[in-house]
Amino acid sequence: MTDIAIDHVPGKRSIPFVQEGLGALTIIALGAVGCFLFPDDLALLTRLIGISFLVLSLDLVTGYCGIATLGHAAQFGVAAYAVGIACVRGVTDPVALLAIGIVAGTLMGLISGALIARFRGLPQLVLSIAVGQLVAALANKLQWLTGGSDGLSGILPGKVFGIYSFDMYSRTAFLFSLATLVVVFVALSRFVRSPFGLLCRGIKDDDLRAKMIGVAVYPRLVIMYGVAGAVAGVGGALTAISTGVVGLDSVGFERSAEVLVMLVLGGAGHLWGALAGALIFQIFEHIVSAANPFHWMTLVGLLLILIVVFAPRGLIEPVLMLVRRRAGKGRPS
Amino acid sequence: MTDLLEARSISRAFGGLHVTDKVSFTLRPGDRVALIGPNGAGKTTLVNLITGDIAPSSGQFLMGGEDITGESIPARVQRGLVRTFQTTRLFQNLTVADNVALAIMQRRRITRRFFSGATERPDVRAEWSSLLARLGLARLAYRKVSELAYGQQRLIELAIGIALKPKVLLLDEPAAGVPRDEAPRILDAINQLSADIAVLMIEHDMDLVFKFATRVLVLAAGRLIFEGSPKDVTADHEVRRAYLGSYADARRAP
Amino acid sequence: MRTALNIATDTLAYGMVLFIISIGLSIMMGLMRVVNLAHGAFAMIGGYLASYAIRDLHVHYSLAILIAVVGTIIVSIPFELLLYRRIYRKSDPLIQVLMTIGITFFIIGVVNFVFGPSLKTIPLPALLSGPLDIGFRSVPTHRLFVIACGVATALALWLLIEKTEFGIKLRASVDHSGMADALGIRTEIIYAVTFALAIGLGAFGGVVGAEILPIEPFYALRYMVTFLVVVSVGGAGSIMGALSASLLLGLADTTGKYLAPEFGEFFFYLTVIVIVFLFPHGLFGRSHA
Repeated sequence: MTDIAIDHVPGKRSIPFVQEGLGALTIIALGAVGCFLFPDDLALLTRLIGISFLVLSLDLVTGYCGIATLGHAAQFGVAAYAVGIACVRGVTDPVALLAIGIVAGTLMGLISGALIARFRGLPQLVLSIAVGQLVAALANKLQWLTGGSDGLSGILPGKVFGIYSFDMYSRTAFLFSLATLVVVFVALSRFVRSPFGLLCRGIKDDDLRAKMIGVAVYPRLVIMYGVAGAVAGVGGALTAISTGVVGLDSVGFERSAEVLVMLVLGGAGHLWGALAGALIFQIFEHIVSAANPFHWMTLVGLLLILIVVFAPRGLIEPVLMLVRRRAGKGRPS
Repeated sequence: MTDLLEARSISRAFGGLHVTDKVSFTLRPGDRVALIGPNGAGKTTLVNLITGDIAPSSGQFLMGGEDITGESIPARVQRGLVRTFQTTRLFQNLTVADNVALAIMQRRRITRRFFSGATERPDVRAEWSSLLARLGLARLAYRKVSELAYGQQRLIELAIGIALKPKVLLLDEPAAGVPRDEAPRILDAINQLSADIAVLMIEHDMDLVFKFATRVLVLAAGRLIFEGSPKDVTADHEVRRAYLGSYADARRAP
Repeated sequence: MRTALNIATDTLAYGMVLFIISIGLSIMMGLMRVVNLAHGAFAMIGGYLASYAIRDLHVHYSLAILIAVVGTIIVSIPFELLLYRRIYRKSDPLIQVLMTIGITFFIIGVVNFVFGPSLKTIPLPALLSGPLDIGFRSVPTHRLFVIACGVATALALWLLIEKTEFGIKLRASVDHSGMADALGIRTEIIYAVTFALAIGLGAFGGVVGAEILPIEPFYALRYMVTFLVVVSVGGAGSIMGALSASLLLGLADTTGKYLAPEFGEFFFYLTVIVIVFLFPHGLFGRSHA
């Protein structure tokens, strides 16, 4: 390599697309394990994947841009309602519905971003809550459109690519969701390592510094919010398609708070952290909450306190350290 | 030849206190100007005013004859007005390479790309690696900034400034906190800058000022009390009274 | 006219409940800069304790209030010592948000395990339960009681902060924490006392406001946002701010409910967005930047 002679910076050896490939394979493997562990409950796994999109989306704004938000379910919920409404009114092609979800989520993301990214700290947090609650109030009151507190039901999507119909065992829904997750995750793992992704991490670290290298911070954050909205929109669309109903819980404050907990549990600022948090939280919720919802709350509360005190970077951090150390052995220091 | 930067009677008051009082100066291509003055003279405030971090109460800034007084910080940076910070402000959780690469990519307008590579793009990499090598930072390229010593961080601060290819570079005490044996690297790096840009440096170390500056501005209590060559500055009565007195005091302190 | 009067009394009563509960949070956020989302959880503990005291121990309403306030403060002490101290003034809001959400969940889980998950009523004494004739019409006595409590709280706090030694130290600590340390004011004690005061006010508000904000298993979660919103609209640390924000938001909510019952929450949060956008540090707040 000639560059060693020029600059003495050791090259970073990386084979193109190997990270993306490994990511895709890991998710497929996890999906297979899920099938094996919960063969009769693919509906649960499908729901779990749907929420994972929302956690990934939140990771983009909280983990990569440092925006504290407690209203992130708005993007998810708006997309879910948009898909539900479109489906009830006759658009039944699942891929078209997915596209509708993405568009709705992106729009909602851009609107939220325009409002929320203006400020930092407390005003930002409160605006995020207010935007989320505003959407929730609208979903509740526009009964003719959303079904209000009864929820929107009767969402019957058609066949995927005209071939695979949604069965009662959720097989199609599960595979469709898993395949979408693989695509989105691969795209995101490239996205967060792009110049734009790197810039967002810079903004998170120090926004004045970012301005001082000539970055107009606010528009970048709004764009990031748009991307996050699209990802959340995918989740909302898949959830609406696979469950056939959209309820107020999909836009609620509890949902927003819950996904924030999932993200921090796994580790904000890593896509794998977001995914791990979503998986671990929801599987435990499924097991414990079924027994007693209040025990579940006690447990989550305790866990959250412990995480914040002892492992503020989430459960993924020790794993990543291990990976880095092993990778570091091969590199000349 | 047009002025790169012109300050016209800039004033700024904080609650009745004039921290900057009718300051005017110009920076032309090739200028190497030292801005000195006793502590509390308002040097950093002046830099903050120039970059747009704070707005002047009255007065104007012009770049290349255009009024930039109302422009945002990023807009000024895009015009080539770049600063370094007195206390380092870096992207602490990113690597050294990422820090410099971000500046390079921002300058070249590729930070809007969503799917291409970032720091390891061959063209970007070539630039940051040679810049880091020049500042003796090559072996730290993949270290996180927060893990580095303060003196090393100062050099990265300078590297980011250089990477933005400024027309006007404002250096706020670039050598403060840098170990003695590393300090010459800073001067070398500044000397290697393109001859047609203007550099304004706030500095306390008079040795460095004499080595660097072709012109000296002295600020005391928010007012510009002297403008001239480095060899005249020590002879000037006004400066002696306002500045060297406290400078001497500062040196006597342990 | 009748509607206007109804709106006025309801706004005042609702606003005063918001004020009594939120003012504690406001002082805490002004002094310790901690976004305490668990404030409502402590108000809920107060409500549960009062309900238990009246219905199971058969004590008088006034004694129940005392038990609730003191009991809640005692319960809150370990939280202050072990958890809140870590996040005063330094951490970024995200860490504070997460820890206090964790505390909220924990409290909801434990409280419902101990007292059972059901709606807790706090029976009013005969003196407060009927309507009261105020000349041209009658209003529920309890509403007037709540309004009186709010006014009394505001006055007492004003006296405490403006006229006592503790108030002077408190204000010094809010404005210049470094200076307070230098002057030998033990800020950790100031913080601890302020925390107890804030929690006590929260519990007090939870009990006297139970007719308007009913004590139920998810109380802490349901009103978590409301109290935070009041503080941020008013400006952290300001009595006037909390009072005016409580009344303003009470007005937005109540008017919305009377005139367009379909859109109650909607108007509330629309008001919030507009105010936060225009005054990011609150109506009476100062920037700490």
